[in-house]
Amino acid sequence: MASKKKPDPRRDSQSLRVAGDPALDRELLHSMLLQRRFEEKVGEAYALGKVGGFCHLYIGQEAVSTGIIAQLRPDDYVIGTYRDHGQALVRGITPRAVMAELFGRIDGCSRGKGGSMHMFDRHTNFLGGHGIVGSHVPVAAGVGFAIKYRGGDQVCVCFMGDSVVNIGAFHEALNMAALWKLPVLFVIENNRYGMGTSVERAAAVDDLSRRADGYKGMDGVVIDGMDVHAVRTATEAAIARARTESLPSLLEVRTYRFRGHSMSDAVSGTYRPKEELDEYQTMDPIFSLRDAMVIAGTLTVAEWDAMEHEVAATVQDAWDFADASPEPPPAALYEDVLVDTTS
Amino acid sequence: MPIITYREALNQALREEMSRDDRVFIMGEEVGVYNGAYKVSKGLLEEFGENRVVDSPIAELGFSGIGVGAAMAGLRPVIEFMTWNFALLAIDQVVNSAAKMLYMSGGQFNVPIVFRGPNGAALQLGAQHSQAFESWLAHIPGIKVVSPGTPYDAKGLLKSAIRDDNPVVFLEGEMLYNTKGEVPEAEYLIPLGKADVKREGSDCSIITSGKMALVAVQVADQLAKEDIHVDVVDLLTIRPMDVEAIYASVRKTQRAVVLEEGWELCGIGAQVVDFIQRECFDDLDAPVLRVHQADVPMPYAKGLEKIAKPDAAKTIAAIKQVMYRA
Repeated sequence: MASKKKPDPRRDSQSLRVAGDPALDRELLHSMLLQRRFEEKVGEAYALGKVGGFCHLYIGQEAVSTGIIAQLRPDDYVIGTYRDHGQALVRGITPRAVMAELFGRIDGCSRGKGGSMHMFDRHTNFLGGHGIVGSHVPVAAGVGFAIKYRGGDQVCVCFMGDSVVNIGAFHEALNMAALWKLPVLFVIENNRYGMGTSVERAAAVDDLSRRADGYKGMDGVVIDGMDVHAVRTATEAAIARARTESLPSLLEVRTYRFRGHSMSDAVSGTYRPKEELDEYQTMDPIFSLRDAMVIAGTLTVAEWDAMEHEVAATVQDAWDFADASPEPPPAALYEDVLVDTTS
Repeated sequence: MPIITYREALNQALREEMSRDDRVFIMGEEVGVYNGAYKVSKGLLEEFGENRVVDSPIAELGFSGIGVGAAMAGLRPVIEFMTWNFALLAIDQVVNSAAKMLYMSGGQFNVPIVFRGPNGAALQLGAQHSQAFESWLAHIPGIKVVSPGTPYDAKGLLKSAIRDDNPVVFLEGEMLYNTKGEVPEAEYLIPLGKADVKREGSDCSIITSGKMALVAVQVADQLAKEDIHVDVVDLLTIRPMDVEAIYASVRKTQRAVVLEEGWELCGIGAQVVDFIQRECFDDLDAPVLRVHQADVPMPYAKGLEKIAKPDAAKTIAAIKQVMYRA
């Protein structure tokens, strides 16, 4: 049931995926490849019972996190959903700390208390993966409020899935963000399905960027989320608007997930045909950039192989580290419920 | 000592804490230009400006989430709910965001926020505007729940709540805003988690909080005339609960009545009775009784509303019953 009725930048701009600055391209490629191989490893770990609970892989959507987070400043903020592993890695939480969190170990970025859906890191202003659809969108607006309150020039990037546009918190947050001119990028990762329900079956206005029209001064932008350069370029402008003019933006990044919603559903499943998945896989954000670089002569096959090896070693190291990290001791159970301080 | 209203006491607490710490701001419906639906924030806009006294749209979920985000990024929001009935629209932010953030981040992100507003029934406001949510909120680990009944307690506790580095749910009472009491001019704080014995007596304990503390005091004064001396334990903070104060009182009186504004099933009283039976079983001379709202949505009709509410007469009857004086 792939909808063909509207132009879709995911399909239309394939020929534009050309290489840019070689050093930057290499960095972007590496960032995306790390997420891909990391998530594949997480899938293995899940099958072996080393990762428990709900687990949502990011495979296919790597250009979104890399295209956006890689150009933020260290003092900016990132907040997202339960599909948060990729964003955590790009933001700079180490593969070790993310993997250890997935394994439920003390060296995890949330000390083993968060799990797959709740990666947090104060050092990188990574304000969490959040497990309630829509719940974190007003929280992101609040971070923007705090930035503005203090007269800072940071921005807050809020990642969300396409299903979020249908929940009340989304509207309430965007309304106040526009009303009060808060420096927040609301990034819809439109992977076409909220769990198994397609955007067309859930949203009365399925051209999601148009939701911005409801909020004065808010830009709504459609971005090809399979092209990391397209994501970067579009986001650059939105970041600048937020930083210099304290204005929010709504970015609809059209992407696709190559795996199921979580670990319990089949890759294509009853809700999307395999042909659709196959088609999107031809637009793989990682391999299209790689191929463009090879064609442009900025990446050799040997260099690619070396990158694959290096990433595989990093991911294996993360696994080994996580596997060796102790579980939180029983005493940790009652820690972190409340802080024992006032100020 | 000056005698001021509960409303003025809260207003003083807000003003003092906003003057003390410029990270403190107040946000909610009608808190600014309108001076507060119940005038608790009166004059604050004028004094502190619109950056710190922020009128929000009617969007409880949205602005309470904004409070959580602002707190995570280092501010100290005071979020006013026009009533706690409306806060049900925002309960996701209280329960899933504020209460969980520290724990699920492994201790990295605390949320120093106060959610405050009137709780419980007033007069003939009907079913949707007459609910006491203490037990709902006190059920949740990761937040503190405070319920002051007097101007003195309201001021000292709100100041502590604002300074606390945890999320604090602060339950006021619409019927309390106009009540008066002594409040010292000098600054003071009341620690969260500590009960206050409002009347001392050796015959029976009343364990209570909030608006019901006033009823309990009235009951104690009335029964004193009959030579029945009631120990009134005003919990002040419901979570964490000052269980030691409860035990001390019950060990002294050996009889207890738990008085609360909410409903019976899974109410605060159920928990208090459990604490008492576990720790004071051998001290008791009678079963512990509970006084609470009738197990119905609040009716509008005046007569029905009166009989639905817990009151002094019902409390006196319960005390006489546990004293076998009925």
